[in-house]
Amino acid sequence: MIRFFIILMMLSFNGAYAAIDTYQFKDVDTQERFQQLTADLRCPKCQNQNLADSNAAIAQDLRQKIYEMLEAERSNTEIVDYMVARYGDFVLYEPRFNSQNAVLWLGPLLLLIVGLSVVIYLTRYRNKQRVTTEATPVELDAQQQARLQAVLNKDKK
Amino acid sequence: MPRALLFAPLALFAVLVLFLWKGLSIDPRELPSALIDKPFPTFKVEALLQPERQLSTADFIGKPVLVNVWATWCPSCRQEHEQLLRIAQENKITIIGLNYKDERVAATQWLNTLGNPYRFTIYDASGMLGLDLGVYGAPETYLLDAQGVIRHRHVGVVTEQTWIELQAIMQSWERKAA
Repeated sequence: MIRFFIILMMLSFNGAYAAIDTYQFKDVDTQERFQQLTADLRCPKCQNQNLADSNAAIAQDLRQKIYEMLEAERSNTEIVDYMVARYGDFVLYEPRFNSQNAVLWLGPLLLLIVGLSVVIYLTRYRNKQRVTTEATPVELDAQQQARLQAVLNKDKK
Repeated sequence: MPRALLFAPLALFAVLVLFLWKGLSIDPRELPSALIDKPFPTFKVEALLQPERQLSTADFIGKPVLVNVWATWCPSCRQEHEQLLRIAQENKITIIGLNYKDERVAATQWLNTLGNPYRFTIYDASGMLGLDLGVYGAPETYLLDAQGVIRHRHVGVVTEQTWIELQAIMQSWERKAA
């Protein structure tokens, strides 16, 4: 039992590990922009972590690069464009609209329109059908009348 | 309602199955390079074995080359080294090494003991050329055409199969040129 707890404690310590670098920022605003950028950009190596959380060597390099670019007074758009030019749209956690992902952006809207038009079509179709059946009562010819009578009479017996 | 419309859900389902089936065979770790069909980034970095020599794109533009990103800290690079030596021996294409975030002494020793498949090796200790190239881990191999434009990127170990694929791409260029 004690052994189990020791192992449990050893395992839980692992989780506390996080990427730690020290950067000196000239003001709070720059620091906030750094945090924002590293949170919004994805690490190309360890796929489901952002740059801020990742310990991969490439994430460290990219953080360093972002820091340098911030120090050089580059805008957020410039920094993000720099990353996209090298690593593709993959690095963006909030993807931009382009021809490749247009289906994903517009697909739901398209499906909604299709669904709505199907619903409208079906309700109108049914309404029209009901109206036509009410307006023109079914007329039976002599032969059908005879059969109807026969069936009704059979029930009476 | 037209009868054909009744099959619409089935058709939609078939399309969905097709996409999901395709998705099973896609490796999410293999990122498409953002630099495909773009020129190799310009650089001025010293050579690994001759520190006094400055290398640039001018050193390889003119004929197709393979640029192989490697480092001594990368176990898969050792794994592919044999294959690279074989490719170099076949002499169908020049291989250029890009020693990525490594130490000069260790890298030089590596080439001395394992053999050197590279025409020359770019010594990118800071990893800044790697960054410009969109490298996110070694090994990576890039196929450049004679104009120095990146045409293909291979992430991971270069195997015999990879070499066959690379040769197929090169042959398609020759056919186009002929």
